[in-house]
Amino acid sequence: MDVVVWSRIQFAVTAAYHWLFVPLTLGLALVMAIMETLYVVKKDEFWKKTAQFWIKLFAINFAVGIATGIILEFEFGTNWSNYSWFVGDMFGAPLAIEGILAFFMEATFFAVMFFGWDKVSKKFHLASTWLTGIGATISAYWILVANGWMQNPVGTTFNPDTVRSEMASAAAFWEVVTNPVAVSKFCHSVTSGWVTGGIFVVGVSAWYLLKGRQKTFAVRSMLIGGIVGLVGSALVMLSGDSSGVHAAEFQPMKLAAAEGLEDGGKGVAFTIVPGVKVPHVLSFLATHDWNGYVPGINDILNGYTDNKGNVVPSVADKMQMGRKAIDALAQYRELRLTNPEAAAEARAVLEENVQYMGYGHLEKVEDVIPPVGIVFWAFRFMIGLGMLVALVLLLATWFSWKEKIEPKRWLLWAAIVCIPLTYIAGQCGWIVAEVGRQPWTIQGLLPVNVAISSLSAGAVKTTFFIFLAVFALFLAIEIRILIGAIRKGPEVEPEKL
Amino acid sequence: MEKKTNIFVRIWIFYRDAFKNMTWGRPLVWLIILKLFILFAILRVFFFTPAMSGLSEDEKIEVVGENLTKPHNTDTLND
Repeated sequence: MDVVVWSRIQFAVTAAYHWLFVPLTLGLALVMAIMETLYVVKKDEFWKKTAQFWIKLFAINFAVGIATGIILEFEFGTNWSNYSWFVGDMFGAPLAIEGILAFFMEATFFAVMFFGWDKVSKKFHLASTWLTGIGATISAYWILVANGWMQNPVGTTFNPDTVRSEMASAAAFWEVVTNPVAVSKFCHSVTSGWVTGGIFVVGVSAWYLLKGRQKTFAVRSMLIGGIVGLVGSALVMLSGDSSGVHAAEFQPMKLAAAEGLEDGGKGVAFTIVPGVKVPHVLSFLATHDWNGYVPGINDILNGYTDNKGNVVPSVADKMQMGRKAIDALAQYRELRLTNPEAAAEARAVLEENVQYMGYGHLEKVEDVIPPVGIVFWAFRFMIGLGMLVALVLLLATWFSWKEKIEPKRWLLWAAIVCIPLTYIAGQCGWIVAEVGRQPWTIQGLLPVNVAISSLSAGAVKTTFFIFLAVFALFLAIEIRILIGAIRKGPEVEPEKL
Repeated sequence: MEKKTNIFVRIWIFYRDAFKNMTWGRPLVWLIILKLFILFAILRVFFFTPAMSGLSEDEKIEVVGENLTKPHNTDTLND
C-alpha cells in the first residue's frame, strides 16, 4: 500500500476513534442537564443523585475522549501538508473559534459542573451543566463547518499567488458558516449523538433492572434517556432527509455509490437490499419529487442534464478543463513577474476552468468513483441499525412510562445490545460521508493524491501503529473505569468526587 | 464585616480544594495528564513534525505550487 492509502487509513481510524467519544458527550450532556433541571424545579434529591451518577459517566467519557481530535490536526500538518496549506485561510477562522470560544466554554463550565456541587448556587450549577453541553454542541458546529466546506466548497476563491482557497469578505465567511451541507451535517451529527446518549442511558438502566438493582433510579433514567433518544431518532431522520437532498445536489456520485446506482433516470427506485426495491422512492428522497431525475454512476461519467436544466459535463470534459486550469496556473506562476500581460491571460484561463482544477489531477475517468460496495453497505447498516435502535427506544420509553418494563427481559437485553449497535450505525454514517466523497479531500478541487505530503509509507505506518497501540490502551482503560463505575452504581448519599 | 476575597483567589481556592478532595476523579486527571504528555511531548515532537516546518511563507507557496502544477498524463483521456 502506498503513502496515500496509509495516510487515509490513519486518518480514518483517528476520526473513527474520536467519534467514539463525541456522540456520547453530546447526548449524555442533554440527559444529565434534563435530570438536573428536574432536581432544581422539583427540589427532589432523587434527581440530584441521578444526575450526579450520569455526570460521573459523562466525566469518564470526557476525560478519555479529550484531545483525541488533536491527532487529526497533527496528521493534517504531517501527512496532508498540501491540503493544509490549500485550506489554511478557510479553516483558520472556524477552527480558531472552535478552540477559543467553544472548547474553553465547555472546559470552564465542565469544571464548575464537576467540582461545584454545594460550592456554587443550585441555579449556577444547573446553568453550568447546560452550558457544558451547549459548549460541546457549538464546538461540533465549527468542526462541521470545516467538514461541510470540504464537501461543498462555497464562499472561497482560489488565489494563484498564494495557491490556497481564500475568503474574500465577511459575506464569504457568512456563506461558509451557513453552508447548507454544514448545517444539515451538524443537525444530523448532533441528533445522532442524542440517540447515542439516550440508548446508553436506556441500556445501562436495563442492566440494573436485569440485576434487580436501583429499580426506581433505572426506570426513571430509562424514561428520560428513552425520550431524548426518541426525539434524537426523529430529528436524525429529518436531517438525514436534507443530507440526501444535498448529496444529490452537490455530491451526486456519493449518492449514486450509496445506492449502487449504475444508470439513473426519472422515478428511480430505492434499493433496500440488492433485489428488493421500492419504486420512485430514491427520486423522492433525492429531489422531493417522485419523478425527479437522479443520475447514476454512468450518467455522471458521461455527462447529464440535472433537474434544474443545467448541463453537467462528462468527467472526461471536466478533466480536460482541469488540465487547462493546471497548465494556466503553471504559466501564471512562471510569467507573473516577467510578463504581466501573458500572466493576466493565463490567470483568465485559470479562473474560467478553476472549478474543475481537481479533475486535472486524475489519471482516468473512473478515478471519480468511490468504493461502491463499502458505501452501499455502510449506508444500509446505518439506516437498518438506526431504525432498530429507534424501535427499541420507543418500546423502552413506552414500557418504562407505564412502569411495566421490568418483566420484559428480552427488551432489557435488546437495549443493552443496542448500545454497540448505535456506535456501529454512527461509524457507518461517517463511512458513507467520507468514503463516499473519494477521491476528493475538497470536492472537485483537490484529490487525495495531490493533498498528500512528500512522505514515505514507512513513516506513516510507524505513527499509525504507535497511535493504534497507545489509544487502544486508553480505550481499554476507559471501558474498564466506565464498567467499574456502572457496577458500583449511583450512591445513596451524595458522593464526593 | 468579612472582606470579600478577590475573584481570582476564589477561583484558585475552588480548583485547589476540588483537586485536593478528589476520590474517583483522581485517576481520570492522571489519565488526562498522561495522554496530553504522550500527545504533545512524544507524538507531536518526534513523530508528527509538520512536513513544511521551517519553511518561510514564500517557500511553502513554492512547494505547494509545484505540487499543484505537476505534469499530468494526457494519454488516458484519448483512450
